[in-house]
Amino acid sequence: MAVVTADAMTNAPHTRGKSKMAARDLDLFYGDAQALFNVDLDVMEREVTALIGPSGCGKSTFLRCLNRMNDTIDGVTISGKVTLDDRDIYDKIIDVVQLRARIGMVFQKPNPFPKSIFDNVAYGPRIHGLVNSRDELDEIVMTSLEKAGLLKEVKDRLASPATGLSGGQQQRLCIARAVAVSPEVILMDEPCSALDPIATAKVEELIDELRSNYTIVIVTHSMQQAARVSQRTAFFHLGKLVEVGETDQIFTNPRDERTKGYITGRFG
Amino acid sequence: MTDMASLMEDRAAANADASDQRKPVDWDSADMSRSIKKRYAAERRFKTYGLTAIMLALAALVLLGYSIISKGYSAFVQTYVQIELTFDPAVIDPDGTRDPAVLGRANYDGLIKDALRARFPDVTSRSEKRKLYGIISSGASYDLREQVLDKPSLIGQTRKLWLISGDDFDMLNKGYISADTQEASRRLDDDEIGWFQTLQSANAIEKRFHTRFFTNGDSREPELAGIWGAAVGSFYTLIVTLLLSFPIGVAAAIYLEEFAPKNRLTQIIEVNINNLAAVPSIVFGLLGLELYLNVMHLPRSAPVVGGLTLALMTLPTIIIASRAAIKAVPPSIRQAALGLGASPVQTVSHHVLPLAMPGILTGTIIGMAQALGETAPLLMIGMVAFIVDIPGSAMDAATVLPVQIYLWADSPERAFVEKTSAAIMVLLAFLILMNGLAVFLRKKFERKW
Repeated sequence: MAVVTADAMTNAPHTRGKSKMAARDLDLFYGDAQALFNVDLDVMEREVTALIGPSGCGKSTFLRCLNRMNDTIDGVTISGKVTLDDRDIYDKIIDVVQLRARIGMVFQKPNPFPKSIFDNVAYGPRIHGLVNSRDELDEIVMTSLEKAGLLKEVKDRLASPATGLSGGQQQRLCIARAVAVSPEVILMDEPCSALDPIATAKVEELIDELRSNYTIVIVTHSMQQAARVSQRTAFFHLGKLVEVGETDQIFTNPRDERTKGYITGRFG
Repeated sequence: MTDMASLMEDRAAANADASDQRKPVDWDSADMSRSIKKRYAAERRFKTYGLTAIMLALAALVLLGYSIISKGYSAFVQTYVQIELTFDPAVIDPDGTRDPAVLGRANYDGLIKDALRARFPDVTSRSEKRKLYGIISSGASYDLREQVLDKPSLIGQTRKLWLISGDDFDMLNKGYISADTQEASRRLDDDEIGWFQTLQSANAIEKRFHTRFFTNGDSREPELAGIWGAAVGSFYTLIVTLLLSFPIGVAAAIYLEEFAPKNRLTQIIEVNINNLAAVPSIVFGLLGLELYLNVMHLPRSAPVVGGLTLALMTLPTIIIASRAAIKAVPPSIRQAALGLGASPVQTVSHHVLPLAMPGILTGTIIGMAQALGETAPLLMIGMVAFIVDIPGSAMDAATVLPVQIYLWADSPERAFVEKTSAAIMVLLAFLILMNGLAVFLRKKFERKW
């Protein structure tokens, strides 16, 4: 793993090279069934890292390790280490609530709260006490919606229910909601799988813009999407991290036979 | 059909390639059309069964409504008799002080008896007189006292007054006692019916709306008995039940659904909650008797004990309904909140609970309606006593609506038959009101996602 990273760095001048999050020797069990085997992966700062692989390969499971969402599932045991800025996030002294504020998440299916558009975006800042006045809150909501490219479409109906938006708009609202807490890392679990091609294009564009301020990890089933939005790609197969590297390299010159097989469509 | 057929042929051909020869299906064969006919017949039969079931249920409902209303509607009116009555100063206020204490103690019963004797002067014998006094209810004297205390200037005057009649004459006026039956087998003899007819021909008999039925407590005299005491008792009981079972039930449901680890212990708890919902209510009554009366020495017959007992009975219902409502909240909402860094308690109180509230409220109101109609456990803790006074607090002795119905149904007087049905109507009205409220709340708080 470390070798691959070093290789990628020498081959790719635009890599910033600073590791934001890292997994070391990560094993995960659902009860007795092992879902992740010995995963070592670095997530680089202000880059989009795409996780690809066939269904059931553990990429979503890995993603959920990064903000400890697996804690909410009964019977999950984890060994190994996941760090954020070199601090172990599974350490006992880490507050998981604060951790999830620093590592936001966007889910596969748009899941806005059944509240107004404004309240959806304002929820995070409110519960974390990030604002002292209504004006500040307005400001955060507006900039978050702006960043998510949604402001133009919804600025006249901030008080109307978020569930009235279209699927693509809902997903961008969820991104705005995650951005409003100003996280350092945003995890996206197949954010476009429930969207049509036009909405998908918009979200992809958005991901590309967000890259300048946030570190992004995205799970996707679409290899074209991975190629379009990510700088680094990690290929998972049967719970193991098979290969990770510059996206260009993975798609044009994979080192592993399995990676090659998957991206050329021979299995998956 | 032809498209279909050609499609089938294609498939058949494809199959023939793959496996050994299979005969193509003839969709127009006689066998096929027979089986289609059979399917349609089965559907028709099923529809008929369903319709019949609904018709039977409706018929039962109509019959129930008819029998209750036809028996009970007459309880809402009451016979009044007009007689000329002299407010005799010598009886009411012999010293002329107009002191309310003196006025309150006067013998108004005597005044009514005097008036009746004056109306029917031929009645002389003792037993005849006693029957004569039965025309007017013993409760009429309280009305007179009220009037005099209200307006002392009445003293000395002679007025024509409408006074509430006794229950037998009320029954006669409402047609429940027929003059055609043999004298020996009816409650009123020929003399009494004669007096009634005399009064009726003098237009001195009238039916009026029976407000007393809604404002009085229980009484031995049917014409004075009302449901207000039982209604207030029911109210206090339900308040105690609600205050206990709602918070405890919802808290238990939230803990079990959202926080409890899924292990053998919580499984045992779950199974037992479901079992408790099926325990006969009288068992809860026995538990209440032992725990609240024998161990804790709370007052007997009091709504607070009734409420505590019914809370035991309602808790499983509320917990089960609340858990179902909480479970129905999509997990994506919880994930969204947790992913934003909301704590589990914030997730529950900001998102899960508001979304589950319509279901929780519906379950709670259904549980309350069940508690409102419950009799058996209350018999165990002594709420079956004959109580005339309207309870002033949850600690006073009281009875509740269904127990009142039970008590009246048990009373021998003919007039209590209509009271029983009328009380059932009032109880059903409350139940319909509560269920209506449940539907309204569900519609109002229902949110889509």
